[in-house]
Amino acid sequence: MLSTVATILMIIVGLSMLYILYRTIKGQPIERRYVFLYIALAISLPLLMQKTAPVPVTRDVMKLVDALNELPPGSKVLAAFDYDPPSAPELQPMGVAFMKFAFKHDLQVIIMGLWPQGPQQANQAILEAMKDPEIAAKNLQYGVDYVNLGFQSGNEFVIQSMGSNFKRMFPKDDRLIPYDSLPIMNSVTNFSNIDFVFNLSSGKPGTVEWVQIAVDRFGAKCGAGNTAVQAPQVYPYLRTGQLTGLLGGMSGGAEFEKALDEEGKASTFIFSQMISHATVIAFILIGNVAFFMSRKKKKQ
Amino acid sequence: MSELIGVWLAALLTLGIFSFLYKDNPIYKICESIFVGVSAGYWAIVFFFDNIIKKFWYGVFPTDNSEPNYLLWFGAFLGFLMLLRLSSKIGWIARWPLAFIVGATAGLYMMIYFVSNAMLQISSTMRNVVAVNPETSAIVWGETIGSVIIAVGVLSGLVYFFFSKEHKGVFGQTAKVGIWFLMITFGAHFGYTVMSRMSLLIGRVDFLFTDWLHLLK
Amino acid sequence: MRREIPLLITSIAGLVFAISYFIPHWPFGESESIFGDWITIVQSFAIWLGALNLLKVSFEKIYRKRKDSLYAGVIIFCLVATLIIGFYDGFSGLMQEPEVSFRAPGTHFDWVFVYIYTPLSSTMFAMLAFFVASASYRAFRARNFEATLLLIAAFFVMGGRVPLFDLPLLKLGISDVPYFSLFADWIMSYPLTGGMTAIMIGIALGIMSSSLRIILGIERSHVGGA
Repeated sequence: MLSTVATILMIIVGLSMLYILYRTIKGQPIERRYVFLYIALAISLPLLMQKTAPVPVTRDVMKLVDALNELPPGSKVLAAFDYDPPSAPELQPMGVAFMKFAFKHDLQVIIMGLWPQGPQQANQAILEAMKDPEIAAKNLQYGVDYVNLGFQSGNEFVIQSMGSNFKRMFPKDDRLIPYDSLPIMNSVTNFSNIDFVFNLSSGKPGTVEWVQIAVDRFGAKCGAGNTAVQAPQVYPYLRTGQLTGLLGGMSGGAEFEKALDEEGKASTFIFSQMISHATVIAFILIGNVAFFMSRKKKKQ
Repeated sequence: MSELIGVWLAALLTLGIFSFLYKDNPIYKICESIFVGVSAGYWAIVFFFDNIIKKFWYGVFPTDNSEPNYLLWFGAFLGFLMLLRLSSKIGWIARWPLAFIVGATAGLYMMIYFVSNAMLQISSTMRNVVAVNPETSAIVWGETIGSVIIAVGVLSGLVYFFFSKEHKGVFGQTAKVGIWFLMITFGAHFGYTVMSRMSLLIGRVDFLFTDWLHLLK
Repeated sequence: MRREIPLLITSIAGLVFAISYFIPHWPFGESESIFGDWITIVQSFAIWLGALNLLKVSFEKIYRKRKDSLYAGVIIFCLVATLIIGFYDGFSGLMQEPEVSFRAPGTHFDWVFVYIYTPLSSTMFAMLAFFVASASYRAFRARNFEATLLLIAAFFVMGGRVPLFDLPLLKLGISDVPYFSLFADWIMSYPLTGGMTAIMIGIALGIMSSSLRIILGIERSHVGGA
């Protein structure tokens, strides 16, 4: 019922854009609050329709998935959650999908954050992943199969110090358990004991710093998930091989979920994302059609 | 019960912030002030327990068998000097820890940007422009054309950023090609920015529909 | 004295980090680690400086009875309340056996994070979606060749990164290949990478020269000099 009403409303909203085109051409552009309303509807109605859209998995996402698939069970993966709640709609689905993959494939996950909110986002991702019956059945042990080292201040200097000694920056984990009492950390001194670094980043410090220090200075292998705003900035690192795969924004998250066969929030959001893009494109086209017509009139 | 109160509070705060879209109003300003106050408190607490307690305090007074690290006292001393910034008379002493941070950052950045963002990028652009299939030794044209596009983009872009010579003649034309590449870059960046912003809004609307109104599962 | 000591501190700290990149052994490697410890601690004090300064500014607003003193009062109340909750959870957690983190799920501090901090910060950023759409409608025009290039790139990336352009082709059976997705991927992998690399190298050269000026004491604005 709700889905049908939303579909009908969406058709009406779509058609009403012709009126906006007509007004804009006449030189009476609509007020910004109407643009806001259209965006709100473009996001809300598709969510209520509860539809999904097929996403092709792109090369950069596949590179990361391949790198993760190559890790044998028992590999140690450092998962750096460097983001805060505003970026969670983009990055949290990636975090959940990664956790599910890691737990199902018996990877040992060492979590940390260069952003104060990161460890809390990681805790939420773990709770979500644990709801999976296959993972719940494994009865994973904190400190043995995974650990949350928590947050440490110092931005890139934390990565720099971890290059010589992890314990120096994290003498105790997020649950205040001493580093040496954590079985998972027994054989970990620095990056040479880490098989893969998975970074979720929404700014600075984030993927750029992990590449510059952990990868280029200490030889770690790193793949990342970035907010769409940040993703274009790290594309050069993909070309050079400094970065092993990249998930960019919501579409990257949906592709990651599809490639790992772990459908989650990103896959359900992608239809809404698509309609919102269509609305922005429509507004750009309307503005430009009106612009060219007025320019033609002036020339005449 | 606390979860129910929390969800209602979160929903009201969300709507309070969104009310700015209609126009600036006191409800928005109150929500904004709550955000500022809670954020400052949140950051202060996290840095206090995760760093000052977990790193400094347990470093100086370890609870396990580790050796005490008395050098951390000097870090705390520098930090204390930073707080003197609040005083108008001796606030200038805060420049010492600031100078330490600025110097360390400059030293680290000089090296990591030189290696990762300059040298490796230059060498990667110039090397392997012609892509060859290792098995058949045939040229991979798609990849090769792509590499040439990147090389042209990098060179022309750098020429555009070189302001010590007037952009005239061949130099000027190259700079113009650089502008085209930068425009495509900014366009793609804009496309991604739209994607990002819409995602954030989807997250909020999803919260309202799922957690608050229970319209979605 | 007020400038010389900070300049000396700047140079020593900078040189240690620069040299230890090449010689990560004693004394540079060890000094780098010690300096790294100090930086993390100084940064924490800097955050506290910010919080205390916010309190100071807000109290001043109330004291001088400015028109926005109500909002300054809200800021003070929320800041102090969050600090009290955080300290209570933190210290009571430290007293327990085994110790419990101040941010463990179920604590009051976690409740504040989930139900107050998260919605406020998320919504604040989510509002940008409305403004970016409004700006697209009002200002994004193909006025000249360069602007047209920008617009075309944005058009194909926006439509190709989500299945917006490919979906009709796939649904109508016109094509099985997601051409628009591949084209968006191509833009990102080649023209964008070329342009972005140029920007990246330019920024790197700028940072290197600024850093060198700071370490050598030529750039003195951070110690209050010209």
